[in-house]
Amino acid sequence: MVEAIRFREDDVHEEPAVSLDAFLDQSNATAVRIEAGEDARRLLPMLDRLALIEVDFPAFGDGRGYSAAQILRESGYVGELRASGDVLVDQIAYMRRCGFDSFAPDAPIDPKVMEKSLALYDNVYQGTTDKRAPIWKLRHG
Amino acid sequence: MYQYDKYDQQMVDTRVEEFRDQVKRRIAGELTEDQFKPLRLMNGLYLQLHAYMLRVAVPYGTLSGKQMRMLGHIARKYDRDYGHFTTRQNIQYNWIKLEDAPDILADLASVEMHAIQTSGNCIRNISSDQYAGAAADEIADPRPWAEILRQWSSFHPEFSYLPRKFKFAVIASDEDRAAMRLHDIGIQLVHKDGELGAKFFVGGGMGRTPMIAPEIRDFVPADELISYTEACLRVYNRYGRRDNKYKARIKILVHELGKEEYTRQVEEEFAHMKTLGIDPPVEELARISKFFVDPAFEAGASDNLDLSDPDFKLWVEQNTVAHKKHGYTIATISLKPRGGIPGDATSAQIDLMADLAEQYSFDELRVTHSQNIVLPHVKKSDLYALWQKLDEAGLAPANLDLITDSIACPGLDYCSLANARSIPLAQKISERFADLGRQRELGELKLKISGCINACGHHHAGHIGILGVDRKGTENYQLLLGGSAAEDTSLAKITGPGFSEDGVIDAIETVTNVYLEERKDDERFIDTYRRVGMERFKEAIYG
Repeated sequence: MVEAIRFREDDVHEEPAVSLDAFLDQSNATAVRIEAGEDARRLLPMLDRLALIEVDFPAFGDGRGYSAAQILRESGYVGELRASGDVLVDQIAYMRRCGFDSFAPDAPIDPKVMEKSLALYDNVYQGTTDKRAPIWKLRHG
Repeated sequence: MYQYDKYDQQMVDTRVEEFRDQVKRRIAGELTEDQFKPLRLMNGLYLQLHAYMLRVAVPYGTLSGKQMRMLGHIARKYDRDYGHFTTRQNIQYNWIKLEDAPDILADLASVEMHAIQTSGNCIRNISSDQYAGAAADEIADPRPWAEILRQWSSFHPEFSYLPRKFKFAVIASDEDRAAMRLHDIGIQLVHKDGELGAKFFVGGGMGRTPMIAPEIRDFVPADELISYTEACLRVYNRYGRRDNKYKARIKILVHELGKEEYTRQVEEEFAHMKTLGIDPPVEELARISKFFVDPAFEAGASDNLDLSDPDFKLWVEQNTVAHKKHGYTIATISLKPRGGIPGDATSAQIDLMADLAEQYSFDELRVTHSQNIVLPHVKKSDLYALWQKLDEAGLAPANLDLITDSIACPGLDYCSLANARSIPLAQKISERFADLGRQRELGELKLKISGCINACGHHHAGHIGILGVDRKGTENYQLLLGGSAAEDTSLAKITGPGFSEDGVIDAIETVTNVYLEERKDDERFIDTYRRVGMERFKEAIYG
């Protein structure tokens, strides 16, 4: 396990993440981990008491977690949203765009390569939960 | 034609820089082939049987002369002096060196082109009607809508790791020239109460399990196009199957859930999506539409044509269709010469087509899904001069929509997935049926050849389809009848046991003879087949 990469100012949340079923069963957990096939919407009624949601990527090509992240952020979740598992450096930029703000990759990521890739594109074509202004907005104000 | 602004240009330039760095890391050994593969695929770079193949996007099949000339330049400088136009209106180069790929992308970016998302499990090039903007029967030009979708889908962070590849087609007429309902999402522009919007068909496709997309919404207004599309994609991204590559396309999801349940889920997601502010304003569609206004057609151009040259007359009858403006026509350049490879063009031919587009077609060309090139706006008074130049360069086969105008996938000559060769079979069929009088007697006959069940050669949608399979180590060809990719979309059925290469050509000949015996009046092959049914053909083939 490599140290998590965080894009947040707050302290690391200490409580370990429990499974979705465990979380739905117990009222006091503040951190949850959802697997790729689990429905992130089940968390929506409880978002305000969550400080950490970890979304697992079993394989880098399994993109379900991107939608899970968008759904959580669209519904107003502001806590830590962590991508874990088979997370590769060339995917971090898209994950950031979908609202992930921390990463716990299985294999270490070269911070220099990551920073370069995050800084690469000045603009974006779509509106997502990262709230960057899409190009059409820049064109039309 | 659409022209990039500074934002569009910056996007493709940045992509070149990004890919250059990725290739450098790969060559330096910092990336393994496994890690590099998804990155190169997002840039259309495949590893085939013998070399890398690069697929370049031709958004909605539209090209300027300058862009076309660049495609010729790439063929000459980086490949073996030819390129191959594909069934998704793209072009691919079969003999590319990895270290050249970044320079090729830079050359493409210099003429507002790219290879973004021409492979990988992401949203692919948006295809459209090759006659868009010229067709007499369209209600609007579909390309501004396709361009909106091109921009929206480029580097889409949520939908770049879908269960499987994802293809759109956008059309705007009742006649379907883009196989719209055989796409993951097919869009037909329609009017409702005087407003232009999109009718959505979702879950079509070919491959191992061919399906015709059902209509899931009769009207999506322009300013909700993106949120509705995202709703369709999000349901798929979350619930499409990922356990089996061959059941991962959206058609399987729509089929397994049922059209009603899929639609219900999309509507629920849509109700949420349209509150998020992700739709460009109508001003953006208006901005893009300005690039697609009519060129400066000459008012009162004459419809008269001197058809005294019999070869020219044949070509006009076969390869031109009605244009929306008097005095103009839409001309198709067939890339199916006798014995040739469907869709291949040499760099010299590509250059010539670029010149002719500039001279005779307001600087526009189109690539068709049946692997031909269209000059969309030719003045009839220029047509003879144009034809002479095409004829001189071997670009005037008068066989549009005839049996030798076949579609063929690259097959075992190039492709690592193929079970059988497609190209040599297409060439042999082209020789067997070379007599143009005989071809014209057979009339419209769409022949489509795939070298494996992935169906890149659209065999399911052929009036006559051929599927190459591997039978105990030898190439074997199954024959299919009755498919159509047009507005009367249908899926072809297998006649029975397969054949050798020569055997399948004999069987095709038998099938065409049955048609000639059975047809009534001016019935097309497909109409006769639908009327008399498979049995009659089967008896003749196997009887």
